[in-house]
Amino acid sequence: MAKVLMKGNEAIGEAGIRARGLCYFCYPITPQSEVAEYLSKRMPEAGGVFLQGESEVAVSNMLYGAAGAGVRCWTSSSGPGISLMMEALAYIAAAELPVVIVNIVRCGPGLGGILPSQSDYRQAVKGGGHGDYQCLVYAPASVQEAVDLMPLAFDRAERYRNPVLIIGDGMIGQMMEPVEFKEHKFPPLPPKDWATTGCKGRKPNVVNSLYLDPYAEEKLNLRMVAKYEKMKKEEVRCEEYNTDKPYQALLVAYGTTARICRTAIHKLGEEGIHVALLRPITLFPFPRQRIYELAQKVDWVMSVEMSTGQMVEDVELSVRCEKPVHFFGRTGGVVPAPEEVVEAVKKQLGAGKGGQA
Amino acid sequence: MQTEVVFAGFGGQGVMLAGKILAETGMGLGKEVVWLPSYGPEMRGGTANCTVIIADEPIASPIVVHQRDSVVMNRPSLEKFVPKMRAQGYAIVNTSLIQVKSERDDITVVDVPANKIAIAAGTGKAANMVMLGAYVGATGIVPFDALLEQAKHVFQKKPKSIPVNVKCLKEGYKLGQAKGK
Repeated sequence: MAKVLMKGNEAIGEAGIRARGLCYFCYPITPQSEVAEYLSKRMPEAGGVFLQGESEVAVSNMLYGAAGAGVRCWTSSSGPGISLMMEALAYIAAAELPVVIVNIVRCGPGLGGILPSQSDYRQAVKGGGHGDYQCLVYAPASVQEAVDLMPLAFDRAERYRNPVLIIGDGMIGQMMEPVEFKEHKFPPLPPKDWATTGCKGRKPNVVNSLYLDPYAEEKLNLRMVAKYEKMKKEEVRCEEYNTDKPYQALLVAYGTTARICRTAIHKLGEEGIHVALLRPITLFPFPRQRIYELAQKVDWVMSVEMSTGQMVEDVELSVRCEKPVHFFGRTGGVVPAPEEVVEAVKKQLGAGKGGQA
Repeated sequence: MQTEVVFAGFGGQGVMLAGKILAETGMGLGKEVVWLPSYGPEMRGGTANCTVIIADEPIASPIVVHQRDSVVMNRPSLEKFVPKMRAQGYAIVNTSLIQVKSERDDITVVDVPANKIAIAAGTGKAANMVMLGAYVGATGIVPFDALLEQAKHVFQKKPKSIPVNVKCLKEGYKLGQAKGK
């Protein structure tokens, strides 16, 4: 199929439909409202359900209900809206239901602003809702990758019976890039024999997250942990840049920040400074082992983020605190320029030589 | 090879559309492209701009601080974006609305009375197409025929608007070609 130039938000909407995510609930919020705008037109054409709720609280509980009935469903929102969904997300995780949630991240906390940010990292990766649960978290760096990750997100959500998050910053939502909607093939999924589809002729299925018996709750918790351990073994995705030649420093960055780092690395290369990049595509599970291996060749690692430093903690854990992990970031909706990353790297390299940059 | 151009003006001048047509033309030629809009709590008449990147290799950073070229349709855009340009870049300046001159002597400035030309062609609304034509004429960033085809494709839903837009693209192209390389 030929490539089309599409805005990230619209491409995500189309990718959702093509992945048979034909039940979409939403409440508009910048910078992702175009997903809903696009689907309000396209979803009826595709024979699916487009429903705008009265709030994000309603939307997230619609997801809980639809997923419980075995329907492939999803939503998209941004920071403040995602926060309102956190209670239902914990219920969805506890009930082991497959749901896909796209967060086109804006700056925060609070209402914050509408400009790009990566400040929802901790919320996405460390929980966000209450209780012992994790989401599988994908972080696309281009419109094409966002489109490619949508069918994967639905597949993994149903395979693991677990919520999956797609985290893109405002730029992923707003920019236009050429995209191609490829056919994605996955092995057959297990039947949804747990879904509440009407129990005539069979034992009723129950979708529930209340376990007053501590041993039953613990059993659920351990079953969920086993899923997360399996994800850590089988679902880690990352991309490397410049790691095939000698390098003086290792950067870790995800999403569009990783692309900014690539330009910075190219500029540094022109000055004879060789820097490598690891870009996590899954934020949970985190590519810990690969970061550890790549860090062996350098004196320090730097996490570059559009936040005040959130992923940096996971990078520190990945290098097992054996080496310094520095941080560079801009926040509040300010996007770091490649030149700023160049300066941050040079400053750190200079500091390593007794302060002479 | 990578070229970045900022299209800037006030809301309603069609800078976003001009940038999109250029990006689509580049994509049709098999190039790598990015179209990145400024977005924020904008209002009608406020400023608007988009950055278009056209490259032979996959595009890393979609954020560009020092773009090579600028297409500026009003004075605040000239004052904001022309100083950021790299040397040897091209600035297409809408002299219908911009009476001041850029002080830079290390770039090629192409003066285009875009509104005047568009009004003469039939509608002032197509001033963005005059500017886009001039930009392509001055830089040769994409073949003009490919640009024309893409523009016709974009306007096909409003067939009546095709002739005036094509005329404006051609008028702009002639000006750009004369003053460019």
